[in-house]
Amino acid sequence: MINSRFFNRSELLGFLALAVLLFLILPLSLDIFRLNLVAKYLTYAFVGIGLVLCWGYGGILSLGQGVFFGLGGYCMAMYLKLEASSVANTKIQSTPGIPDFMDWNQLTSLPFFWKPFHSFPVTLLAILVVPAFFALIIGAAMFKRRVGGVYFAIITQAIAAILTILIVGQQGYTGGINGITDLRTLHGWDIRTDHAKFILYFVEVVLLFGCIVAAQFIRLTKLGRILVAMREQEDRVRFSGYSVANFKIFAFCAAAVFAAIGGAMFTLEVGFMSPSFVGIVPSIEMVIYTAVGGRMSIFGAVWGALLVNFAKTSLSESFPQLWLFGLGALFIAVVLAFPNGLSGIWADHIQPRIDRLLASRKSKSAAGLIADGAPAE
Amino acid sequence: MLVGHQPKDFLLAVSGLTVSFDGFKAVNDLSFYVEENEIRVIIGPNGAGKTTVLDLICGKTRATSGSIQFRGQELTKLRENEIVQAGVGRKFQTPSVFEDLTVFENLEISFPRGRTVFGSLTFQRDDTVKQRVEEVAEMIFLKDRLNTYADQLSHGQKQWLEIGMLLIQDPDLLMLDEPVAGMSVSERAKTAELLNRIIKDRSVLVIEHDMKFVEDIAHKVTVLHQGQILSEGTMEHVKNDPKVIEVYLGH
Repeated sequence: MINSRFFNRSELLGFLALAVLLFLILPLSLDIFRLNLVAKYLTYAFVGIGLVLCWGYGGILSLGQGVFFGLGGYCMAMYLKLEASSVANTKIQSTPGIPDFMDWNQLTSLPFFWKPFHSFPVTLLAILVVPAFFALIIGAAMFKRRVGGVYFAIITQAIAAILTILIVGQQGYTGGINGITDLRTLHGWDIRTDHAKFILYFVEVVLLFGCIVAAQFIRLTKLGRILVAMREQEDRVRFSGYSVANFKIFAFCAAAVFAAIGGAMFTLEVGFMSPSFVGIVPSIEMVIYTAVGGRMSIFGAVWGALLVNFAKTSLSESFPQLWLFGLGALFIAVVLAFPNGLSGIWADHIQPRIDRLLASRKSKSAAGLIADGAPAE
Repeated sequence: MLVGHQPKDFLLAVSGLTVSFDGFKAVNDLSFYVEENEIRVIIGPNGAGKTTVLDLICGKTRATSGSIQFRGQELTKLRENEIVQAGVGRKFQTPSVFEDLTVFENLEISFPRGRTVFGSLTFQRDDTVKQRVEEVAEMIFLKDRLNTYADQLSHGQKQWLEIGMLLIQDPDLLMLDEPVAGMSVSERAKTAELLNRIIKDRSVLVIEHDMKFVEDIAHKVTVLHQGQILSEGTMEHVKNDPKVIEVYLGH
């Protein structure tokens, strides 16, 4: 019968290996600066998990995930900024109690869409709902009209560009090109200390595993199989009685929510949010992380985000000009040679070797006990 | 409404159906009626508009004018998935199955339950589903291939799988586009046997070129030519119609 367990053997190993790495090895071996960098890399893993569902499984390539990453990040940043802009903190401004960049831009009162972000629960809700709603509108507009493939990718890219221009242009409302900076406390808790960074790292890893489990759950339901079916035979799905558009909208919204959680964590880990994490280039980079890790593998996406960002940091520290070329070359190499990325290399080349090694060892030890030799598996 | 009410309850009533692609009328003012439990075969030379007629009925192509009534429901206004839910199933000419899924999963997706987004998130593979899938798999000669990925099936097996996927939908009207094309002789015989079994209790609309096969199964034959009906009736009648002999059988 078809495997009915939540994780199969190799997925369980992947899950455990990742858990040991993120919960034990990295926190114990890295200093707080490096650990905070890892936390930053991991925020992209959330985007990657969403892309695995949406792109890997559903075949919907979005080159605009930075939009949702940014929306999540900005929602969090708005809350933190309001907390940092208390009347006491901003009494030197001409209008105390509003964020500093608003004051510089001659705003005299808080814009209406900032007001809900005084409340922490509303902010948490907004981080999930705002990007999902945005994705719903884009998805409904595109998928109901049967816009797909390359056209959809180009449109998402255009949306990423538009949102960046909007944020940069509306400086008084958004903080402009500098973004929202000088964030201090989360619900009264200082996020800038080493201790806070340590705690936030673990909060993020727990959330990441929550998202991995959620994505795995979706993948194993019939909806997950319909996504795969849709990727190859859209018409057959339609003529099996399903509304293809609705399933695409769902996958796109789910990917948006995952990206938004990553974005919100990014704001907390890094301490600011700016349009440079929203636009075309970061959106494409997010796709590259996923492609390198393996777009068909949830764990692959996490490894891709970690490894490519690690390479980015180390390479751009030593060769700042070369990094972008390196990233482009990596993407081309992966697409040409390993379409399923690192997880594909693992599944096709490394896993079979390990299995063979284990099998031969098992048969040797079994041969000593049972004359018949090892069982088939 | 009594005016224009059909004297007889047809399952499918196509009337005045026209579709034009950039002025070219692929189907031109076509009218025909299919009764309950009738097996109708559509034949005609290449480009006669046979596949287009099926496309129009299942909603893949939108009609320019005319009406398609299915059990009194107007199909031209429904979306593809709504037409399926109304009880019309369609098999395509080239086998379209989900190659990255197993035979079991292919059939399960076609099982008519949990067709909404949230329905499919909460869908449970219970005994009803398993039994039905196994039952259908046995009918389509794939009982021992349930865990095989569909890309490893032969061309004929893929055709059967797609027929199975339609069967599990349990449609009232089954539309088959060249179901035996590209099959070996033995596969063809098995398919005829399969079709004869599944056409019970439902109406079937078949496009086929294989005349022997048509003679075997058809109750009534409709001959299309240039988007219009050239002749209609029993196979015997159609075969002896001079117009048909001229454009089709005579070649």
